[in-house]
Amino acid sequence: MELLNYLQYGFVIKALIAGSFIAVLCSVLGILLVLRNMSMIGDGLSHMSFGAISLGMLLGVYPFFVAVPVVIAASWLIWRITDKIKAYGDSAIGIVSAVGIAGGVILASLSGGFNVDLFSYLFGSILSISQSELFITVFLSTVILTMFLILYHDLVAVTMDEEYAKISGIPAGRINSMLFILTAVTVVMATKAVGIMLVSSLLVIPAVSSLQLSRGFKMAFALSAFFSVVSVVFGIILSLLLDLPSGASIVAMNIIILFSTVIIKKTEIL
Amino acid sequence: MQVIKVKNLSVRAGDAVVLDGIDFDVQEGDYVGIAGPNGAGKTTLVKTIIGLLPKRTGTVEIFERRTGKGFKYHGIGYLPQRPQAYNPLFPATVEEVVLTGLLADKHFPKKITSKDRDKLAHVLELVDMALLRRRPVSQLSGGQQQRVFLARALASDPRLLILDEPSTALDPHSRQEFYGLISRLNKDMKVTILLITHDTADIGLYANKLLYLDKEIIYYGSFADFCRSEKMRDYFGGHQHIICHQHKE
Repeated sequence: MELLNYLQYGFVIKALIAGSFIAVLCSVLGILLVLRNMSMIGDGLSHMSFGAISLGMLLGVYPFFVAVPVVIAASWLIWRITDKIKAYGDSAIGIVSAVGIAGGVILASLSGGFNVDLFSYLFGSILSISQSELFITVFLSTVILTMFLILYHDLVAVTMDEEYAKISGIPAGRINSMLFILTAVTVVMATKAVGIMLVSSLLVIPAVSSLQLSRGFKMAFALSAFFSVVSVVFGIILSLLLDLPSGASIVAMNIIILFSTVIIKKTEIL
Repeated sequence: MQVIKVKNLSVRAGDAVVLDGIDFDVQEGDYVGIAGPNGAGKTTLVKTIIGLLPKRTGTVEIFERRTGKGFKYHGIGYLPQRPQAYNPLFPATVEEVVLTGLLADKHFPKKITSKDRDKLAHVLELVDMALLRRRPVSQLSGGQQQRVFLARALASDPRLLILDEPSTALDPHSRQEFYGLISRLNKDMKVTILLITHDTADIGLYANKLLYLDKEIIYYGSFADFCRSEKMRDYFGGHQHIICHQHKE
């Protein structure tokens, strides 16, 4: 009954809608990133997002408008460093991550230290999402998911075997850069839902849970999206019922699902 | 028709010479075995031909058209040495892997049609994998996986098939079956074959030409001439190579 009462509030409905869109986005992109051994890119980009949000606050500009171009540029940089200097592996992510955090802390101290707004980005505050943020989230999520569906075969082919994709005439370079741009915009949006500290969990955990049970690419995407939406919806409900932080509750639900899938796989129940 | 023409090709990795002064051509219907010691540049040669690695000097023509920027590698099937999908964590099914072989001829936005499904069924029949079409590739044996990647290479009806050590993961029986299938493609469907192999003992039973490579071409021609070649005698120090005991002529 208490739950039904909560559903009468507009802020809860807005959080559930925005959270579900972000969950689907993160989960499908997460499959592609995990299979490319780039699980930590969400971490690096969210840290850069922290720097960009601090910059936005210092300049008095809406942080989202600063974060999107800065994080896209960071994403491009990670891709170029990883592609051109292969020996460095995921150190490119570490470099960008450090720059983002260091820049963010310096900019935050210049603007008078950490305030409530910045903390809401650090740990997520999906329950405080505004009408305009909901609109931007739904609009951008729809655009990104449409692009994902249009490029589905090319994204899968490049993830599966980049060399073969190249000789099949697939512009692997362009497809890779498109994936990184989509990931960057998604990370900035997800920052509002679970916070900078936890954003990579939305990209990685549903994907890893899904890969425990999937018997094909399509099934992997579908299961990942399902697990992610379930974790966001139940995470928000849990945070309301037990008065817990929403971002951490979403991650806790994701972890429960991950353990369940690992147990199902080990015991071969399905 | 000339399927491949390579002229004065050289490839370097930093300062090291990987390939130097490579000249050869492959005619339609040829079955060319590429052999040579480890580090001879065999994989580099085929990867450079199909544009996966940059060349330092020289030209490559495929189907009588010079390769380079903007060249469309249509009509070529490629079976790499270790496809990434061997990764046991990769979730792709047999049909998902083979369908990526059909993307070469498609335009944006790419869609899988019923005609593609028919083609998929046909190539899976050809490699005897139809019953396992929905099985994850990671759950298949080495030989079955090799057939799946061969089916992917065949899906676009290639006129040129390039195989990089395809028999590495196969037991002797599967190896014989695999080579038999490649031979049928060559004879019945007139597919030109370029095959890198360490099976120098067997390659003479299937291929009609040998390209022996060691950073440069040591020998290129028929198997019979290889065994009479002075270059070969100089290279192997007077002993006959095992190929000479096995070839069919």
